[in-house]
Amino acid sequence: MKILGIESASLTASAAIWEDGILTAEYTVNHKKTHSQTLLPMIDEIVRMTETQLETLDGIAVSGGPGSFTGLRIGSATAKGLGLALDKPLLHVPTLDAMAYQHFGTDRLICPMLDARRGQVYCGIYEFHDVFRVIRPQAAMALTELLEELNRMGRPAVFLGDGVPAGQAVIREKAGIPYVFAPSFSCGPRAGAVAALGAVYLKEGRSEAARDHAPEYLKPSQAERNLKAAREQKP
Amino acid sequence: MMEDVYILAIESSCDETAAAVVKNGREVLSNVISSQIALHTVYGGVVPEIASRKHIEKINQVIEEALADAGMTLDEMTAVGVTYGPGLVGALLVGVSAAKAIAYAKKLPLIGVHHIEGHVSANFIENPELEPPFLCLIVSGGHTHLVIMKDYGEFEIIGRTRDDAAGEAFDKVARAIGLGYPGGPKIDRAAREGNPHAMEFPRARIEGAPYDFSFSGLKSAVLNYLNREKMAGREVSRNDLAASFQNAVVDVLVSRTVLAAEDYGIRDVVIAGGVASNSALRSAMKEACGRKGFRFYEPSPILCTDNAAMIGAAAYYEYQKGRRSGWDLNAVPNLKLGER
Repeated sequence: MKILGIESASLTASAAIWEDGILTAEYTVNHKKTHSQTLLPMIDEIVRMTETQLETLDGIAVSGGPGSFTGLRIGSATAKGLGLALDKPLLHVPTLDAMAYQHFGTDRLICPMLDARRGQVYCGIYEFHDVFRVIRPQAAMALTELLEELNRMGRPAVFLGDGVPAGQAVIREKAGIPYVFAPSFSCGPRAGAVAALGAVYLKEGRSEAARDHAPEYLKPSQAERNLKAAREQKP
Repeated sequence: MMEDVYILAIESSCDETAAAVVKNGREVLSNVISSQIALHTVYGGVVPEIASRKHIEKINQVIEEALADAGMTLDEMTAVGVTYGPGLVGALLVGVSAAKAIAYAKKLPLIGVHHIEGHVSANFIENPELEPPFLCLIVSGGHTHLVIMKDYGEFEIIGRTRDDAAGEAFDKVARAIGLGYPGGPKIDRAAREGNPHAMEFPRARIEGAPYDFSFSGLKSAVLNYLNREKMAGREVSRNDLAASFQNAVVDVLVSRTVLAAEDYGIRDVVIAGGVASNSALRSAMKEACGRKGFRFYEPSPILCTDNAAMIGAAAYYEYQKGRRSGWDLNAVPNLKLGER
């Protein structure tokens, strides 16, 4: 089984090729540049390096959100275009699930978080209990809310993601549990994890047609929020 | 005998998700447009984030439909053309990213197309005899330009708006008189029932720039008129106001175009862009050109709105000139006309 993984939900652009349990290539750039310019050249690079025939892919795994709306759509449109042209299924891997999956085998609760602006983080709670498990599905919430939940659970945790630097002070103040921050190499979103989890999904039959795929933003647009607020104010 | 060139064209610069298959730049084999107008009406205009979200939901379906309507497969395509600017960046990125991925996966040449050059090229589709050079008035929600298309892909801008685009003025006035969004077609319809000479609105001239336009003064004059009448407790005929406003816009557009054609000695006059579907503009332009002995070309209304067939037409001539885009093609929201 051969999977192409795509990750562009945040500042990180990443592409990977996974084949039968081996990550044959991964290209990750964590530098401020438009994903629209970098993502496809990155895919092209690893495809050439590994002499991959695109037609031999079994599926395209894409980090499906949450994250930057535009970043998500660049990855999503790229995956959809590839899926359409190659007639391959897409594997929609929740962004935070793939981030957590990097900490395979840990006894700690895994808490990936991405900056969601307006004092919120996109976050979820995961664990490995023989298998990878989602305890709290990814959602947008205040960091304090996440910490309260972790305190109630009372288990050691590992925090990761670009929500950590901004949230560190709050975590230090509010966390009533032992915790660590993930090191740089397992801290951000990576296409290798997206592809690996995508392979699991494909085996489980959890694929979708390229035409049906859309990112999971977890937040309505600003205009929709404003309209809803205005309607609720009116008697 | 040259081989036939089939272009799969994709357009997503604003609120229409569109794809088309165009043969040899002039023959439209399919032209699929998924419009979002209804979705944006409640907000009184296009909401970029909502437009982008809708594009990503629709893009594959629209492309698949365009191929199916043409009775062709991706394997039969020669190249992929896509609008990469100007427009809403988030919206453009959906089409650009999808087009790049498709071209890459199918090992096809990729051609980034300027949205406005696409609008101009819409005229090639229904007028096999039309060839550059010609004078083109480009009028849309974002643009008001007088350009000479000297050769395929070569433009000289000789006039432009100093402030609002013509379509923008239509939208703002439509909102002010309660017609809502989209303003162009609604004013056009109301104007048919009104008297175009009921009110006299100013026709702005720009000192030293005979082919330039300005619509903000006209827009303000309409808004002031509305206020004044309201203060005086007088009722304003919406239809008369729409007709008089539209008449002022059309008057300026036609007179500048005719002047430019005469000054530059050009006998082929073309209109393009969303506002080119305005019925008063079309008939006034046709009448003026007829009087001057100019040949006049106008796209059918369906080819005036944002569509991908026009992108396919423009992409064909780019293809013939050997112009190709790389896999790093980006969306350029404020791409200038003639820029590569």
